[in-house]
Amino acid sequence: MTDAGRHPGITLHTMSEVVDIQGYVGNFDVKILKRARYVDEKECTACGDCAEACPVVRPDEFNVGLSSRKAIYTPFPQAVPSAYVININECLGHNPSVCAKCLNACEKGCINFHMSDEEIVEKVGSIVVATGLEPYDPTELDEYGYTRFENVLTSLEFERLINAGGPSKGELVRPSDRNLPESIGFIQCVGSRSARKGSGYCSNVCCMNTIKSSLVLKEHYPDINIKVFYIDIRAFGKGFEELHMRSRRLGVNYLRGLPGTVEELADKSLRVAVENTSSGELEYHKLDMLVLAIGIKPAQSTQKIREMLGLQLSSDGFFLEAHPKLLPVDAATRGVFYAGCAEGPKDIKESVTQATAAAGRAIRLMHKGEISTEPITSEVIADKCNSCGKCAEVCPYNAITVDVKKKTPAVVNAAACTGCGTCAAECPFGAIIMNHFTDEQIINQIDALMEDRPQEKVPVFACNWCSYAGADFAGVSRLQYPSNMHIIRVMCSGRVNNKFIWHAFLKGAPVILVSGCHIGDCHYIDANHWTEKRVKKVWRRMEKLGIRPERLQLEWISAAEGVRFAEIMRKMENLRCRVSSREIADTIKILKSRKKKP
Amino acid sequence: MEKKVAEKISTNSGQIARIGVYICHCGLNIGRTVNCKYVADKTSGIDGVVVSKDIGYACSEPGQQEMIADILEHGLDRIVVASCSPRLHEATFRQMIQSAGLNPYLLEMANLREQCSWVHMNEPEAATQKAVSLVKMAISRVRLLCPLAVRTIPLTKRTLVIGGGIAGIQASLDLADNGYEVILVEKKPSIGGTMAQLDKTFPTMDCSI
Repeated sequence: MTDAGRHPGITLHTMSEVVDIQGYVGNFDVKILKRARYVDEKECTACGDCAEACPVVRPDEFNVGLSSRKAIYTPFPQAVPSAYVININECLGHNPSVCAKCLNACEKGCINFHMSDEEIVEKVGSIVVATGLEPYDPTELDEYGYTRFENVLTSLEFERLINAGGPSKGELVRPSDRNLPESIGFIQCVGSRSARKGSGYCSNVCCMNTIKSSLVLKEHYPDINIKVFYIDIRAFGKGFEELHMRSRRLGVNYLRGLPGTVEELADKSLRVAVENTSSGELEYHKLDMLVLAIGIKPAQSTQKIREMLGLQLSSDGFFLEAHPKLLPVDAATRGVFYAGCAEGPKDIKESVTQATAAAGRAIRLMHKGEISTEPITSEVIADKCNSCGKCAEVCPYNAITVDVKKKTPAVVNAAACTGCGTCAAECPFGAIIMNHFTDEQIINQIDALMEDRPQEKVPVFACNWCSYAGADFAGVSRLQYPSNMHIIRVMCSGRVNNKFIWHAFLKGAPVILVSGCHIGDCHYIDANHWTEKRVKKVWRRMEKLGIRPERLQLEWISAAEGVRFAEIMRKMENLRCRVSSREIADTIKILKSRKKKP
Repeated sequence: MEKKVAEKISTNSGQIARIGVYICHCGLNIGRTVNCKYVADKTSGIDGVVVSKDIGYACSEPGQQEMIADILEHGLDRIVVASCSPRLHEATFRQMIQSAGLNPYLLEMANLREQCSWVHMNEPEAATQKAVSLVKMAISRVRLLCPLAVRTIPLTKRTLVIGGGIAGIQASLDLADNGYEVILVEKKPSIGGTMAQLDKTFPTMDCSI
């Protein structure tokens, strides 16, 4: 920690949040909101005179409320930067008639109430997302009585209780009477591996954390009676099983089965009812104190960061990596990497490993000082361009300039173009070529698909980042669905020109699916809004022409929704079965006659 | 010498395409469900397809060498690899054809694993038919692909690290020690994150800070 604080190459912004990120790999513009500390970070020596003078007492967050702090405080003794901070919402103010006691107490004059929040702008080439975790709040698990019973604690609270720097200076005490408990129970998988409340996944660290706690307890209090209630102990890492065995050898009692209820007795002890699944017996255990081994949840900031960087989440709410095995620290957005619990629950060793990997990946990207980008960008054919300005209007990156009044043809800024293809789909004059996903290339694919027994086949347009990845995920999960679904990959669903849809119907497609990222999750900011608009336009036209709009479907499928992808494929097949060859023939006739009209 | 010949063909527009099609077994991943030999035979007669064969592991070194040898021997100018998802190996095969002198964008992949054999495991017949369709679609697309040139853009050699827990600290130190400037942003008044709250940590049983 201190190394990071002192390193000349690291600019540390605490009390700060990233509020906006623009740009792309190699060239991100980041806006950071740095909140006022009201204490000069560099001058403060953390002597603590100010806190002694401060009259405002509040619960200490670092000790999860088990002790108190002042309105001017240091989060914990080893904090980096080693400087005090004023919580301005709690502070009585610097008016001498009200308080201002800290101002007088600080000899160096580090306290400055005129500090204000700052907006910092930084330019960076790569980003490491290490937003960490949120501990599970077990209050909703009423049967364990957390918050109702004084002597039921979370593992994080327990952690502070046995910490030498904690509120009891490392002495284990029962919150209700400050006595040393004779017996202590640990309940595992609180908020993890549950289909009912909390999360379905394993939080990865709680088994080992409890084993560690039992060892610490046995070291300090060899006679203490420890019981661990578990489903199964997952001691999978290097050296873990040895610790587990050591804990058992020291006499820690491991009982297979999670308690059904916890009652508080008159002396504030707890009575735990549990079905011991090794013996099948219902047992009752009286314990002085109970610790809930709480699980790990995604950090609260996850959604905000996801939106800013166009990232994806897996179904458990953590960030989704570009590939679970081969690109485990890369985000699908180039130049963004994950480290630590942001990507999933991890212990310290794994977090460090992943952080080093993320740094390595970022260095690999940056070391040349330049990066190559995919030439999948759009181009305007000046002769065909009518300067209507539609392309510039739909481009999510403002990469197209066109002077509508002067009637000069549109120009694409290739550096800013990310290749979604929305402009090409929108252009009424066919004046835009979307490289590598040209109209002809896609039409050719449709033709090849519809060449043979078209009435049995379903064209599925899928965007590269979400729905195509969702289809891959269905494959990795071996989810079975009808075999007549054929995916046509585009970078963004916004690339799907209406003429592709009409062409497929003309060639005899029974039903068609257009699929993309969920609204708000589009990899190209909001290009899928235009997908929606375009599909709605086709639906209205279909209705007018007497073609059932139901035959064109629009679905949003994320990269993590393999199950949903397979379900939608089955739904498409159901829809297809309801389209007769007569109906298809009629549609072709309608569309052909429409084509003949001038 | 041979390499140069291949390069000429690939960049000459207006030439009739000379397409190579490779149906990968991926061991048993594809081969158990899809009849790869049949798919290769079915697509061999298509206009412009010069080589069409099934192959054990397209991504393996011998697999890639076989394709490179074909490109040089038959003057192939466009390649279809029908194997896994392009999200996995598109970069691999682009590099491969580039090393044989072709523009890397003259490659198309048909996804026979994630989107065919793995999702139609109990219907080998139907999966094989679908594979034929997918490969035909890929051939029709590859025919029209154009060589594209990769662009390079300047880059800022700095990294933003969001979050000052153990992961953020470690990533920052590694980057900074390698000479890259780091901006480390932490929401709270101190770095340290959840780790700083822990007493002893497993497996070493020493303190966290």
